[in-house]
Amino acid sequence: MFLESEEQQILNGEFGETRQQMMELLVGLGTVFGAERLVPIASAQVSGASYKTIGRWGLEWLQGLDARVAVPTVLNPIGMDRDRWREMGVPEEFAGKQEAVIDAYERLGIRLECTCTPYYLSNTHYGEHLAWAESSAVAYANSVIGARTNREGGPGALAAAIVGRTPYYGLHIFKNRQPSIGIAVDDPAAIKDAADYGALGYVAGKIVGNRIPLFSGIRPNRDHLKALGAAMAATGAVALYHVAGITPESRLPTFKAEVPETVEIRMAEVREVFSSIEVDAIAVGCPHLSPAEMETLAGLLEGKKVKKPFFVFAARGVIAGNRAAVERIERSGARVYADTCVVVSPALDRFDAIMVNSGKALAYVPTMCGAVARIGTMEECVAVATA
Amino acid sequence: MIIKGRGIARGSATGALLVSDAPLSFLSGVDPESGVIIEEGHPLKGESIAGRIFAFPYGKGSTVGSYVIYALARNGKAPAAIINREAEPIIATGAIIAKIPMIDRLEAPLPALKGGTEVTVDADAGTVSWQE
Repeated sequence: MFLESEEQQILNGEFGETRQQMMELLVGLGTVFGAERLVPIASAQVSGASYKTIGRWGLEWLQGLDARVAVPTVLNPIGMDRDRWREMGVPEEFAGKQEAVIDAYERLGIRLECTCTPYYLSNTHYGEHLAWAESSAVAYANSVIGARTNREGGPGALAAAIVGRTPYYGLHIFKNRQPSIGIAVDDPAAIKDAADYGALGYVAGKIVGNRIPLFSGIRPNRDHLKALGAAMAATGAVALYHVAGITPESRLPTFKAEVPETVEIRMAEVREVFSSIEVDAIAVGCPHLSPAEMETLAGLLEGKKVKKPFFVFAARGVIAGNRAAVERIERSGARVYADTCVVVSPALDRFDAIMVNSGKALAYVPTMCGAVARIGTMEECVAVATA
Repeated sequence: MIIKGRGIARGSATGALLVSDAPLSFLSGVDPESGVIIEEGHPLKGESIAGRIFAFPYGKGSTVGSYVIYALARNGKAPAAIINREAEPIIATGAIIAKIPMIDRLEAPLPALKGGTEVTVDADAGTVSWQE
């Protein structure tokens, strides 16, 4: 692998032991993936933020690192709201360990935003190289923004954050970003709500696997695209998708719209994902809510009281910037939490059946929370909660 | 005898060879306290990888496996070196953060060496060698 002189110096240990090990990690991963060089990155998003995933040894490794990140870096969601964990019902012992993980990351200069939607907090631009770890954020950054990132593992993303570079392979290279399978829907006009897009993604991800799909016929907005990509990244390994005429790279003259095969998904299959089972809790914000979704939810809950626990998840910065909507939501009895989500928080383990408006949550709730999951639109979630 | 390969994690080590034909998940497949393989149905179940030159095809399972390799090193139960047929990110990451020399893509298959034969992995030179 080719290294520039400064990169070689880092590898030789001239900038300290931690940076040396981080460079070894980038070179090692670059070798595994066949990268010829490194590429500078604009930002990083690091996974392995929950104590539940990294455990005692991951924490110890983090605590032993001594360097500062070279680019703006945030974390993936953790197991609890940093301020409101008691109210969430998170055990004190877990909270203490989670705090230790957060402290270890903060010492490295990482901003304590724990979110799957870093793109709402700072501008991420078309064509920028990134090292992001969270699968739904990777799908959004690549597909909706046209930035370039592979799906990083936790240590790989952290190494990229500290060195400010990542191995140049996979989705960093334009020729690897062309579609490899077409997806058509028999009745595209019937796909309207974010939950419809989540359900479509839930079905499509299983068909697509790790290929790059090109959708045609559908007209999603940005929140819809977020839902679609997150679901496909959960039931498949989709890190990039295109929607003809909508996503930025599909409009490039160099875009190759000819695909070897096109699969048609029937609306009947998408509708089968929806059910009407009884639930004992509702959770929205997977991925974390956008300001627009927060406003919509506030409107739907206006003047109503929830009769079942209603969890709302969003980035700390989005909550801070939309206080009025948050207050309107909480007046209904619903709770808006930062830093965490339905998938990673142990607080939702106590429920048997959870209603969500997300195809990603639908895929993960059964294994991560041990609960049955039901998907519905935001309106349906509010109707079930307030009935 | 010497076989060339590709260095993944730097350093060199000598130890008794342990060869597995089956891939391995370190998370829930290896006990981080003892270094013993505990994966159900694994051909080497019950064997310790501690201090051995551990050759196996590739890693599988959760990415948390990287931290298990680190835990093994902290507990003094890590393999002395790792030889993979094809390195993948979980094992490569684990070997680098645990400072275990690692090599992959040997140019010739390891011959059937007698159990416990001492071999040397030099990941900087990209070689595996032993006395005939």
